[in-house]
Amino acid sequence: MTNIVGKVSMINGPVIRGVDMTGFKMREMVLVGEKKLIGEVISIDRDTGIIQVYEETEGLKKGEKIVSTGKPLSLKLGPGILGNMFDGIERPLKKINNDFGSFIPEGIGLISLDEEKTWEVNVLVDIGDFISEGEVYGSVEETSLITHKLIVPFGVKGKVVEAKESGKYSIEEELVVVEDKKGRIHSLKMYQEWSIRTPRPVKERLPIDRLLITGQRVLDIFFPIAKGGTAAIPGGFGTGKTMTQHQLAKWSDADIIVYIGCGERGNEMTEVLEDFPKLIDPKTNKPIMERTVLIANTSNMPVAAREASIYTGITIAEYFRDMGYHVAIMADSTSRWAEALREISGRLEEMPAEEGYPAYLPTRLAEFYERAGYVKNFNDTEGSVTIIGAVSPAGGDFSEPVTENTKRFVNVFLALDRELAYSRHYPSVNWLTSYSGYIEALKGFYNRELNEDVKELRAKMLRLLYEEARLKDLVLLVGEDVLPDEERLVLEISRIIKIGFLQQNAFHSEDTFVPLRKQIEMLKAIDHLYERTLGSVKMGIPISQIKDSKLFEDITKMKYTIPNNNLEGIDELNRQIDDFYNSLDEKYSK
Amino acid sequence: MKREYLQLDRIEGALIELSDTHDVGYGEVVEIENSEGNKKLGRVIKVEENSVVVQVFGSTTDISTKNTKVNFKGKPFEISLSKDILGRTFNGIGGPIDGMGEIYSKESYNVNGRPINPVAREYPRDYIQTGISSIDGLMTLIRGQKLPIFSGNGLPHNELAAQIVRQAKIKSKDGEKVKFGIIFAAMGVRHDEAHFFRETFRKSHVLDRVVMYINYADDPIMERIIAPRSALTAAEYLAFEENMHVLVIMTDITSYGEALREISSLREEVPSRRGYPGYLYSDLASLYERAGMLKDKVGSITLIPILTMPNDDITHPIPDLTGYITEGQIVLSRELYQKNIYPPINVLPSLSRLMKDGIGEGFTREDHPDVANQLFSSYSKVQEVRSLAQIIGEDDLPDRDKKYLEFGRQFEDKFVKQDFNENRDMEDTLNIGWELLSILPVEELDRLDSKLIEKYLKNR
Repeated sequence: MTNIVGKVSMINGPVIRGVDMTGFKMREMVLVGEKKLIGEVISIDRDTGIIQVYEETEGLKKGEKIVSTGKPLSLKLGPGILGNMFDGIERPLKKINNDFGSFIPEGIGLISLDEEKTWEVNVLVDIGDFISEGEVYGSVEETSLITHKLIVPFGVKGKVVEAKESGKYSIEEELVVVEDKKGRIHSLKMYQEWSIRTPRPVKERLPIDRLLITGQRVLDIFFPIAKGGTAAIPGGFGTGKTMTQHQLAKWSDADIIVYIGCGERGNEMTEVLEDFPKLIDPKTNKPIMERTVLIANTSNMPVAAREASIYTGITIAEYFRDMGYHVAIMADSTSRWAEALREISGRLEEMPAEEGYPAYLPTRLAEFYERAGYVKNFNDTEGSVTIIGAVSPAGGDFSEPVTENTKRFVNVFLALDRELAYSRHYPSVNWLTSYSGYIEALKGFYNRELNEDVKELRAKMLRLLYEEARLKDLVLLVGEDVLPDEERLVLEISRIIKIGFLQQNAFHSEDTFVPLRKQIEMLKAIDHLYERTLGSVKMGIPISQIKDSKLFEDITKMKYTIPNNNLEGIDELNRQIDDFYNSLDEKYSK
Repeated sequence: MKREYLQLDRIEGALIELSDTHDVGYGEVVEIENSEGNKKLGRVIKVEENSVVVQVFGSTTDISTKNTKVNFKGKPFEISLSKDILGRTFNGIGGPIDGMGEIYSKESYNVNGRPINPVAREYPRDYIQTGISSIDGLMTLIRGQKLPIFSGNGLPHNELAAQIVRQAKIKSKDGEKVKFGIIFAAMGVRHDEAHFFRETFRKSHVLDRVVMYINYADDPIMERIIAPRSALTAAEYLAFEENMHVLVIMTDITSYGEALREISSLREEVPSRRGYPGYLYSDLASLYERAGMLKDKVGSITLIPILTMPNDDITHPIPDLTGYITEGQIVLSRELYQKNIYPPINVLPSLSRLMKDGIGEGFTREDHPDVANQLFSSYSKVQEVRSLAQIIGEDDLPDRDKKYLEFGRQFEDKFVKQDFNENRDMEDTLNIGWELLSILPVEELDRLDSKLIEKYLKNR
């Protein structure tokens, strides 16, 4: 097709207006100016169009050309994604660094997956086979961890009329040719293109009832996230959002991690790039970088690409889901994305709603979070996309529009707390204001995996913590000494729950990731201590006798002292508890 | 392409508008000459169908719609840089104000810079010893970090910054002598503040390594927007072309933010929180994110922005958004200052995000992470005990709580408080930390490894 050419008539930062644009399509990708800056048409009025430009527009002149590409802003999905870092519109930052140096220039053009690299492809279909959308027609060992399945693009269905032998190919080579019923020819390459703003279809959505195991105690037991579910992590600056996201990216038991650094610090992305290749996944003994995709639009990179980065990330996640993988996507931070929306909306002179955000903010948030799910794919595999979005509320105030609206569309809300962070209680998840909507749904999962009633135990421990919060207010007025012993015991046990269980040290080799079994055994030991001490309190034994500082300390430190792969020490602790309180009770009953 | 126009359509505040121009570039530099021949610079901030909006650096006083020459330079805003800038003083847009003549150089640099590719960054790990216990011990400054000072009007943030400049010691790995430079960017500062800094630099004999970009409080606000960009462009030049370790002090970000708001409202933009423009975050990030280190370069840019929190409110948009971009913050407290504690650093809300990878064994000392953690946690407990003591009185507190109060007092007196001229070694800082922790019962030290307690804790 011939490209239509328009002309620049207005420039206002990342928003430009073009004239002579009849024939341009809405949401079409365009190349702007001599530098061929990448942009997207966001509105059309007769022959003028508004374009948001994904690169710096400085130096762009009125009258420069706007060239249509005929297709919406889309991604190349194929081998070469994993282990890589891309900008907001899937341009590889390593390649940009090699070609252009340490600073990112504008006008790099549209580059994405490596077209020269060859991959060992296993072609799984023969001439004469009938294949249809979503089916797997080949595979590539993309990393030592992940087999990249080549799936038939949506809308393609028919008979294989040509098929290459298995062997080494680059992504631009035609592997399979399909002829459909109407006689149209479709040639399949190793990659397919997909518009970032369109969710990829699935056969059906399945119920969400499996835990995304993160190895983080406060999550797995208290506020669990389910595979295919949605979670938001709001918190003011310094409360550890990014740290929590990093921990989840490192340790959660998803097959693939898509990490979107959206408007955040450059050094944080660098940290991931340096750390992840060195970190070994405990299950597979492979570097976790091999299952990770990074999307980076740091806070000083162009703001329009920040808006796109979220969609780029989720599209990549859906693509791997279609292969039957469980994908978790960390978006840090969705507030920056919302602010990008606001900035562009402002430049378009749209009528603002709350705090200058556009009125369509809730719709956009809903569209994004609804792309999560546990699904059955067209090839009958099961896969999931779990979305964990960080939220950076202005002033740490959770009543601002982004936090408020996000809350409506997510099931898990992990409120990070400034007070906890100030006292270096990490992860600073506030147990009073956080919630998870998956507790009931996961009951069966805990039963199968642990054979324990986690729900009941969790409720009991939370009751203690709520009670503690109430007592704390009281203590601030009258001091701890005047409380009855039973209530003082609540304070003591809560302290153990907080320090010994909820606090988790991301820098401690044993504590950074804790298997589910150890988590539950730890909590049971704390519960055991509570029951025994409560028994002693009820016998009238003074709390000063009951609180054995050695025993209490051993329980508090079991997260460090008991190895993850050998839980005998916990049994031993339980025995010590029994021994101590048996003899104490005996002494007093005499 | 250079073209000249003689007719303006509109002048409002610092903005001028022209129509029927040639195809002007976005961001292009403009030279404006009034009828008396006074020249000013400006920049294209909006290109419309038939008109161009230019933001003038400096005031628009004496500019008339007629007989004003407007000259489009056809290139973005650039400053000339060479090694000769060391020891010099410039205004916000890079013009010399020390009477020592222009900087001549073949190379000129776009003040907006370009974003650093995250792939090209080197993750900062080497600490800078400031000789100030609360910073070194609890919020260690790392080379290549951006660590702001959140202060309030009347608090001694300038003294603190000056002390950091004077005492900062970079430990170089191979023992070679490191070249370091200081860039001082002042936005909307009073004359006496600028003078204070110049005197401090002179007294500590670093004046020949300092470059100053000064926009006084009574200078045009447009230049205030450019001043930090000129400074950071110079910093990038020194760090990445001349291989220097550059410490950039920027003050006062609050004045900068207010200038931005003023211009935004002139441009009739939709405001977001408290009238600040919606792009305040991106704009601040375009400054702060220029700090850092690069893999293939020796130099580094460490950035210490100073901001005064209006009404001491940390949730005000400027400190709030700054905190989201920078790698931690040093928060000053009026309460401590009133208790006559200098530097009045409130350690609890203060934080250095990069500290975790730059301290401990092989960097500072093995016990550093645990000690820092314990001091934070115990001092935060002190706050609880203090509020209890206010209600029931100190005498009725249990013994344990009394010890906490004692710990709190000594922590502020011995650890936080130090003289303006006192330079403490990292070892000293950590030892003071242990000394203070020994006040508390040992079972309260739940963040310390028992091996460390064994080794370092005295008078158990």
